Amino acid sequence: MAELELRSVSAGYKDTMVVREVTARLPRGSWLAIIGPNGAGKSTLLKAITGITGHSGEILLDGAPISAMSARERARAVGYAPQTPVVPEGLTVTDYALLGRTPHLGLLAREGASDLVIVREVLARLDLDHLADRPLRTLSGGERQRAVLARVLAQQAGLLLLDEPTTGLDVGHAQALLELVDRLRRADGTTVVSTLHDLTLAAQYADELILVDNGDVVAVGPPAEVLTAERVATHYGAKVAILAAPDGTPVVTPVRDPSAVVP
Amino acid sequence: MSDPRPTRLTWRQVAVGCALLVVVVVASVLLGAIDLGWGRVLTEFWAQLTGGVSPLSEQEAAILWQIRVPRVVLGCLVGGALAVSGAAFQGVFRNPLADPYLLGAAAGAGLAATLMVFAVPASQEMAQGWSIGPLPLAAFLGAIGGVGLTWALGRSAGSGTATLVLAGVAVASFLTAVQTFVQQLNVENLRVIYNWMLGGLGTTGWNEVLLILPYVAVSSAVLCASGRLIDVLGVGDEEASALGLRPARVRLLVLVAASLATAAAVSVSGLIGFVGIVVPHVIRLMVAGSYRVLVPLSLIGGAIFLAAADVAARTVMAPSELPIGVITAFTGAPFFAFVLRATRKERA
Repeated sequence: MAELELRSVSAGYKDTMVVREVTARLPRGSWLAIIGPNGAGKSTLLKAITGITGHSGEILLDGAPISAMSARERARAVGYAPQTPVVPEGLTVTDYALLGRTPHLGLLAREGASDLVIVREVLARLDLDHLADRPLRTLSGGERQRAVLARVLAQQAGLLLLDEPTTGLDVGHAQALLELVDRLRRADGTTVVSTLHDLTLAAQYADELILVDNGDVVAVGPPAEVLTAERVATHYGAKVAILAAPDGTPVVTPVRDPSAVVP
Repeated sequence: MSDPRPTRLTWRQVAVGCALLVVVVVASVLLGAIDLGWGRVLTEFWAQLTGGVSPLSEQEAAILWQIRVPRVVLGCLVGGALAVSGAAFQGVFRNPLADPYLLGAAAGAGLAATLMVFAVPASQEMAQGWSIGPLPLAAFLGAIGGVGLTWALGRSAGSGTATLVLAGVAVASFLTAVQTFVQQLNVENLRVIYNWMLGGLGTTGWNEVLLILPYVAVSSAVLCASGRLIDVLGVGDEEASALGLRPARVRLLVLVAASLATAAAVSVSGLIGFVGIVVPHVIRLMVAGSYRVLVPLSLIGGAIFLAAADVAARTVMAPSELPIGVITAFTGAPFFAFVLRATRKERA
């Protein structure tokens, strides 16, 4: 549904640019993962694409600069799930997912029957329909993450921005959530940009990786090219081995250095 | 599998609320220091509706129509305004402790009323010739001024709700300090000020009702229509922006409406505590957490609560009156504690 292009994009707050000179091109329906150590500027880059954070350079959505769009137009085109969403605990899952219809409504308008149909479909797709009437505070961590995804999907945007969508999820729930996103993008042609700190998962789901360190892009390309033991050592300060999964995708695993162990 | 349903205000909730309100209003009109007789009051209502013969003497009719009825109506307006503003403030600040006085409305009104009593010591008597008393006018302008000052300070100190709340604390402390100082200079009028601060619907008539009705009506309409937007603000400013909303603008709209309603309420009734903070919580615990339900039901609930509290204020120690603020806290606090306990399972 949407093709995203970043041309020398820098983003940050006031005088300090947190990420600099990012250039990338994502065809419709592709998945880009932004990886890098803590504080590298991954989240800031996502926020720049949503329009929450200011940017220089050009961010083009289907060829049109997002800086020329109104907040509502942009919200109809770009869905954003932050790393730690603020969850209004008293709302039910349905009420919360309905908030995703905001950019499609007039300021004081109410949701119509069609909005409700969209929300019902989204809840069914995410296997949340049996929790539809439950207040958010009663949900488990994995259910909450799905509820946040439901709200974002209800926006019906062609571009999904997911900031660490697997935070706080165990390996099973993390896998289930990413599989879900992958199925949705294949079915709807939605373009996905996510930050991921689990490099193995990033390699398994993303078509392309951008490795950011200290605000600079240090590598771009398919997972197998970007993920090398040297790069991970240089930019994460970690000692790892790159293995191969049965399907050939790279697996990044930490390796202990016996000499580093204090007796 | 059940169809997911959004939380919406239902006709049943409104009907139950309105029925309770009617019961309280009728009881409130019938009860008072002078017993007019239930049957005769009801016959009088019927007579007014159908153009029949009034069973009341001229004096009794005056008590009913010039004192009791406007007082009940005013109680409903004030209670509704405070509760609806309280609900809006709690939503906008995402803070359960927020109340309508958070941004300096009470402190501003208190200072302005004190200055008015100080400057025009006979303001109560002088008010006879005015259509609007000088005290309500001063309190109204003071409340608006207090909130305006907080807003200006909050804007200059940065953005975000936390800054605004802190600015409110600073402004309220400062204005209260000035008020205390002025009071110390003017001890002989302390009782007038003290009475006003405790709040009450004592010296009221139709003038006050007409004075605050437009503000309360318009503000309540705006706030009830903003329920969905307040729900969106509940996801925080960043996410609300990502949903295409401008949080600062929505907040300004809601705060202006809520502050106008609060200022109008404070101007005619002084500082009545507890209504604005407890009524929305009781509704939240008993009915739903969505502001599209919470805001309109707080309006009705506040009207019920204050009208009922005023009945108690007038009758418990009749013929003398208790300050209504004492009643709201004395009955409201245990009731709130009861609701908290009764709903603990659902909140766990």
